[in-house]
Amino acid sequence: MSDIKVVEGSEAVALAVKACRPHVISAYPISPQTHIVEGLAKMAADGDIDAEYVRVESEFSAASVLAGASAAGSRSYTASSSQGLLLMTEVLYASAGMRLPFVLTGVNRSISAPINIQVDHQDSMSLRDAGLIQFYVESVQEAYDMHLAAFKIAEDPDIMLPVMVCMDGWVLTHSYERVQFVDQKAVDDFLPPFAPEHYLDPATPKTWGSYAESDAMMEFKYAIHKAMSEGKPRIQEILNELSALTGRDNSGLIEAYRVDGAEIILVAIGSVTGTVKDAVDELRDAGKKVGLLKIRCYRPFPHEEIWQAVKNARVIAVMDASFSMGSEGSIGLDLKAKLFGRPQAPMVVDFVAGLR
Amino acid sequence: MTVKKKAKKESLFVSGHRACHGCGMALGVRHILEATGNDVIVVSPTGCLETFTSPYGFSPWRVPWIHHVFENAPAIATGVVAALRAQGRDHTRVVAIGGDGGTFDIGFGALSGMLERGDDVLYICVDNGAYMNTGGQRSAATPAWAATTTAPAGRQSMGKAEMKKDLPEIVAAHGIPYVATASIAYLGDLKKKIKKAMTYHGSRYIQIDTPCPSVWSFPSHLTLEIGRLGVNCGLVPLFEKENGEITAIRKIKRKVPVTDYLNKQKRYRHLFDSEQGQLEIEKIQALADSNIEKFGLLSK
Repeated sequence: MSDIKVVEGSEAVALAVKACRPHVISAYPISPQTHIVEGLAKMAADGDIDAEYVRVESEFSAASVLAGASAAGSRSYTASSSQGLLLMTEVLYASAGMRLPFVLTGVNRSISAPINIQVDHQDSMSLRDAGLIQFYVESVQEAYDMHLAAFKIAEDPDIMLPVMVCMDGWVLTHSYERVQFVDQKAVDDFLPPFAPEHYLDPATPKTWGSYAESDAMMEFKYAIHKAMSEGKPRIQEILNELSALTGRDNSGLIEAYRVDGAEIILVAIGSVTGTVKDAVDELRDAGKKVGLLKIRCYRPFPHEEIWQAVKNARVIAVMDASFSMGSEGSIGLDLKAKLFGRPQAPMVVDFVAGLR
Repeated sequence: MTVKKKAKKESLFVSGHRACHGCGMALGVRHILEATGNDVIVVSPTGCLETFTSPYGFSPWRVPWIHHVFENAPAIATGVVAALRAQGRDHTRVVAIGGDGGTFDIGFGALSGMLERGDDVLYICVDNGAYMNTGGQRSAATPAWAATTTAPAGRQSMGKAEMKKDLPEIVAAHGIPYVATASIAYLGDLKKKIKKAMTYHGSRYIQIDTPCPSVWSFPSHLTLEIGRLGVNCGLVPLFEKENGEITAIRKIKRKVPVTDYLNKQKRYRHLFDSEQGQLEIEKIQALADSNIEKFGLLSK
């Protein structure tokens, strides 16, 4: 374990990415992602990072550069937000389908129209079905930690999917926080170089991105689902290794905070969970039986872990920061679907708490 | 056997693909790969080439080939180049081969980005002048007056109303070292241009006129003949531009009138059915003549 410094959230992410030694970084600027990619650009300009940095003309191309680099056997990284994530959407679906394990930071920001640059989760939630693994972080420290794990999870031979670490724009990217960094040597031991079984190579020519007829189509899609759903124990293992590496408890797909004996459990993701913990403490001090369920890993959805945490509660109150127009909040929908039919399942109340 | 020796023995684009009978593109790609050699990675956008070469479980490609989505082949190619450089595998070259839809239209933004950065990619457009994979819809590469399924001839239409986008000039304006046009009707010339392009680094662009029997609607044994007529009437000027200067022109030995080219293709048949059509044919002849003048296609 090494340095403790007070850094901006974006700098912490850039330093985590640097520690993971990507071969290729490609990005297009969008608020509030900019400080991350500017930080990496400065590292490249100073020779502090040994990566090809490709300055593209759109987020669409940024994600595409990653897909090409990943297929050619290189670890690669980008970050984006909001409209940029939507512009990448087609590329992200295809990259998951082709099992290209790059990492992107989804800096959460609302979606136009009306145009606005404040934080909600509508952008990353619109990608929840793309075949990406998605994490949501609470703090700058957690953002740093989860980026170290993200590459290892993405590149695991049984997973091989893009991983998206979602962090709230401004609240996390532009806040200064005390961060404890991990030694480079320890990161290198934790995360060996990317060595995929298959990559583009003239010595062993392979055809990538085929046209699949209906007889194979569902098999490909099922394979993604299987890698996610059956990959949960492996993700859990890697998060345990991460906890050993960082000396912090990053281990759960969820974090259950003071849920023992709780009648009401609040559910949230992202930076608001820190505030909710304070609220839970105050309510507990006032004798109210309230707890918090923080979902750290949103895809794959850890419904078994969630059930174990909430099964004795009377009410689950979800604080959603995204909304499925014409229906209701995203996490509320997931929880209701996964708790439906369980004996004595708690009531789920969904609040859309902030589309900004 | 070493990779190089093996290459000499085997074609790099073999039988078993599902191109239409007489497809100019399949022929072109085989010869492109003969000229590039086997130490290449090929990137293709969605389109005819992707569809007819990649039915899952089968492949005619004997070089590594990757398709991702329709509009991103240039950026995929850039990513591959970046990875090769990062890994010290720079000897392997990257070649993108896409149709006109993926190049002139939907992939144009990514192409311009790649060219502006000067990424070390040879981008080849196998141009058949419409969206053939989906049944022959209009693209920016469709020549004016050709009928397509989305710009058909009709009582108030003479086919496509707009001129073909002058992509080689637009590409050249990015300041890249090598731009050329070629035709599958002149394979020797085509291969020579590919080989020359491979001697340059940075972004390079070759646009290959690729007749399509299915949608241009001509008998499938006439593919090369149609290609030759296109060149020899002046509608398809073949040139090389190195570092911004035209360095070679393929001269027309025996000029043919545009009607010889047009009347063999059903996509132009409407022009021969009316007086108005005759006037339009005169405009096409004027276009061919202006190409001949501009590039000096007839001068000794």
